[in-house]
Amino acid sequence: MDFSALLSQLLNGLAEASSLFLVAAGLSLIFGVTRIVNFAHGSFYMLGLYIAYSIVEHLMGSMGAAGFWLGLALAAISVGLIGAVVEIVLLRRIYKAPELFQLLATFALVLVINDAVLGYWGAEELLGRRAPGLSGSIDILGRQFPSYNFFLIAIGPVILGLVWLLLVRTRWGVLVRAATQDREMLGALGVNQAWLFTSVFALGAMLAGLGGAVQLPREPASLSLDLRTIGEAFVIVVVGGMGSLPGAYVAALLIAEIKALCIGLGSTTLFGIPVSFSKLTLVIEFLVMAVVLVLRPWGLMGKPQATSRNSAPVEAPLRPGSTHFKWLMGALLLALAVLPLLSTWLPYASVLTQDVLVTVLFAVSLHFIMGPGGMHSFGHAAYFGLGAYGAAILFKVLTMPMPLAFAFAPLVAGLGALVFGWFCVRLSGVYLAMLTLAFSQIVWSVVFQWEDVTGGSNGITGIWPSAWLDGTRYYYLTLVLVVSSLFLVRRILFAPFGYSLRAARDSALRADAIGIDVKRVQWLAFIIAGLFAGLAGTLYIFSKGSISPDAMAVGKSVDGLVMVLLGGIQNLLGPVVGASVFSVLQDSIMRATDYWRAVFGGVILLLVLVFPQGIAGFFQQLAEAWRHWRARAAVKAAALPRTLEKQA
Amino acid sequence: MTLLQVRDLNKSFGGVRAVDGINFDLHEGELLALIGPNGAGKSTTFNMVGGQLKASGGSIQLLGQELVGRRPRDICRMQVGRTFQIAETFASLTVLENVQMALLSHHGKGFSLFRSARKMYRDEALALLAQVGMERHAERPCSELAYGDVKRVELAMGLANDPKLLLMDEPTAGMGPEERNDLMALTKRLVVERKMAVLFTEHSMDVVFAYADRMIVLARGRLIAEGDAQYIRNHPKVQQVYFGTGKTFEHEMAQQQVQV
Ligand SMILES: Nc1ncnc2c1ncn2[C@@H]1O[C@H](COP(=O)(O)OP(=O)(O)O)[C@@H](O)[C@H]1O
Ligand SMILES: [Mg+2]
Repeated sequence: MDFSALLSQLLNGLAEASSLFLVAAGLSLIFGVTRIVNFAHGSFYMLGLYIAYSIVEHLMGSMGAAGFWLGLALAAISVGLIGAVVEIVLLRRIYKAPELFQLLATFALVLVINDAVLGYWGAEELLGRRAPGLSGSIDILGRQFPSYNFFLIAIGPVILGLVWLLLVRTRWGVLVRAATQDREMLGALGVNQAWLFTSVFALGAMLAGLGGAVQLPREPASLSLDLRTIGEAFVIVVVGGMGSLPGAYVAALLIAEIKALCIGLGSTTLFGIPVSFSKLTLVIEFLVMAVVLVLRPWGLMGKPQATSRNSAPVEAPLRPGSTHFKWLMGALLLALAVLPLLSTWLPYASVLTQDVLVTVLFAVSLHFIMGPGGMHSFGHAAYFGLGAYGAAILFKVLTMPMPLAFAFAPLVAGLGALVFGWFCVRLSGVYLAMLTLAFSQIVWSVVFQWEDVTGGSNGITGIWPSAWLDGTRYYYLTLVLVVSSLFLVRRILFAPFGYSLRAARDSALRADAIGIDVKRVQWLAFIIAGLFAGLAGTLYIFSKGSISPDAMAVGKSVDGLVMVLLGGIQNLLGPVVGASVFSVLQDSIMRATDYWRAVFGGVILLLVLVFPQGIAGFFQQLAEAWRHWRARAAVKAAALPRTLEKQA
Repeated sequence: MTLLQVRDLNKSFGGVRAVDGINFDLHEGELLALIGPNGAGKSTTFNMVGGQLKASGGSIQLLGQELVGRRPRDICRMQVGRTFQIAETFASLTVLENVQMALLSHHGKGFSLFRSARKMYRDEALALLAQVGMERHAERPCSELAYGDVKRVELAMGLANDPKLLLMDEPTAGMGPEERNDLMALTKRLVVERKMAVLFTEHSMDVVFAYADRMIVLARGRLIAEGDAQYIRNHPKVQQVYFGTGKTFEHEMAQQQVQV
């Protein structure tokens, strides 16, 4: 690679960094003040781009060149206003909710916004106009470099400077910094927190909107931008350090430049081995994040933080199932066992049930580390995917017999969990969540790019069970394996290891002081969860016959989170109920409407606002209230004769 | 015989010397009080002995074995038990399960995957709870208890590894005078019955003077006095640290009694 090519790539990286920084800066500001990790921040970026497209189309007709720049500004402001509305209508109600619920709520927002955009702008990609006056290119050492990129390169530092001034020179900025550093002090100052939070959220949203708007001439507006952007913004914020603006800029720069270098290097030969650096771009940022998190868990320029403030309410001790409960489970099992016999009347039921069972196992494995383990994983789909792809590769590429491939595939996932888990248990809270996300993204990228083995984006097809395990038999295999796995997980939770796991979550300090190796407990839990998720993936692939990288993308991990939270994280039945409701809901909504994401997001929002304990948790509370009421009634009934005696 | 030997122990946080070169010995079967005003470095000392903090320098020897540099769980295995200034228990386990957990871990069963833990070490756990007077609450969730009771559960957990040395950081904080005396009487009894040594901190001077065999006084990270109740009571430096000049412990205690 010659020098001019390198220079042009580096400049490209700088241009890239600006937009990333704008999004990350907004995310970071919002997190600093409200302590909410806003999943919908990528959606604000996407909205910025779409709105800019429409306004610019409209204004350039009547105003010409000025319309373009005015359009960008108006788009950013509109997104800011949307942010303000979101904060007032939704977030204000959940500031005190557990961290995970906040994430869930903002994720629901992602779904709603995505479908709103689909409804208004349609599914086609939209490429905006060139910037008037900057549509040409400039010659740099014989290479053409788009002149608009210079505008982009400038806008990052300019905005950084402006926000900095705002933070340092105004009373508002003093308050924001106070809130970021010490929330109690802010309360003591008697500040109207509500409006401070709204304004910060609006500003953060506006920055993201601006980040999207300025990409108008470079990047077509598309519906996949939201998740892609939020992934990158998370990485930048985590690498730079939560709540640090200069950190966000440095991280954006670092990552954009490393990516640019990878593209620039292209394919070369290192020590006689061909290495394709350009293919690394999909994982490189996650690799950087993983390295940073392990070496400097609080980011390059962040400060070590106390553990998160939103610790969930204390969980009730685990009680073994009552007789009623056991009968209920027995009846349910029986119903599931006779289901295939009813295929004449319910042809679709056993197919759906098969899917539900696999999903339940996936959710239960995630719940195992999230609930009793207290480790919030945002990348659990990786282990599902490793199980599925493991099976596919063992079966198709290594041509193992199906039963053997089936048996070994979950171990592949377990092995992945063994390696990644070792790093993950060294972190906690949001940072742990981000590292799990990073690892899952790495696995996804490897699968996506290793075409010779994984089939790339097409995936692998033709993976069916042996003839003697086909059809109904496979349904029963699934039923038996899933039910025994659930039984096993429950057993583990009531065993000493389950106690250790919950103990480590409740108080690592105490656990350590009574001789428990906390990290090892968590590591083993991580591996167990990986194994079961892998089994779910294995069951999945042999029932579907094929797999593509989508089945293990971020969305799948988030689905798992939604299921666990939907059912109630503090309840062992939670993931079972949550996964069942989720699968059935998704299945029926998806078939009923194209806008299933919005409906689904709406349902989640409703649930978060109405049932903060999840569905199973809600019914548990109801049952307790009922028991309480009956006990009181019984006491009263017993007391009644005595009162009558006294009166007599 | 000397159980614990602390030499030149110090700890700095950034520029702050929280503990500044202290020396003391603790004998077997002794109830030793570590006293001093807030911020004197008492908790920091406890945390260095327990392994929660790594000493910046100096040595802590338990029966000739160095503790500095060991992890809390290894120190636990050397039969050192402890309670924390702010009680640390497992909120989502019942009282009984909390103590069972401590016993399970002590017996190396913490990683056992399939056997139900419900019955394991149940009787031993109940016996420990009986010792601290909490057996009636065995089935209650730890999160529901009054704070004084949580401290008792913590004490029972601290006893699970049959400690030679028990560290108690403000065991009676948040308790009323009567509960305070009960707990210290209990501690004294345990010291005698189990022949263990106890290092504890306590703000109420009447409790300290009534129960401690010996006391050491810390101020701003330095050890300023060491001796029995009589000696400490009349030590001018100690009085100065506690009340400025002019007051005495007797004076202060008289006032406390008026308030109670
Ligand atoms: N983790 C820490 N980081 C910084 N300073 C600390 C830390 N822990 C204690 N200190 C400081 O060390 C000194 C002694 O604290 P501590 O041992 O808790 O006192 P005590 O228990 O006697 O009240 C205090 O000045 C305190 O502010
Ligand atoms: Mg203290």
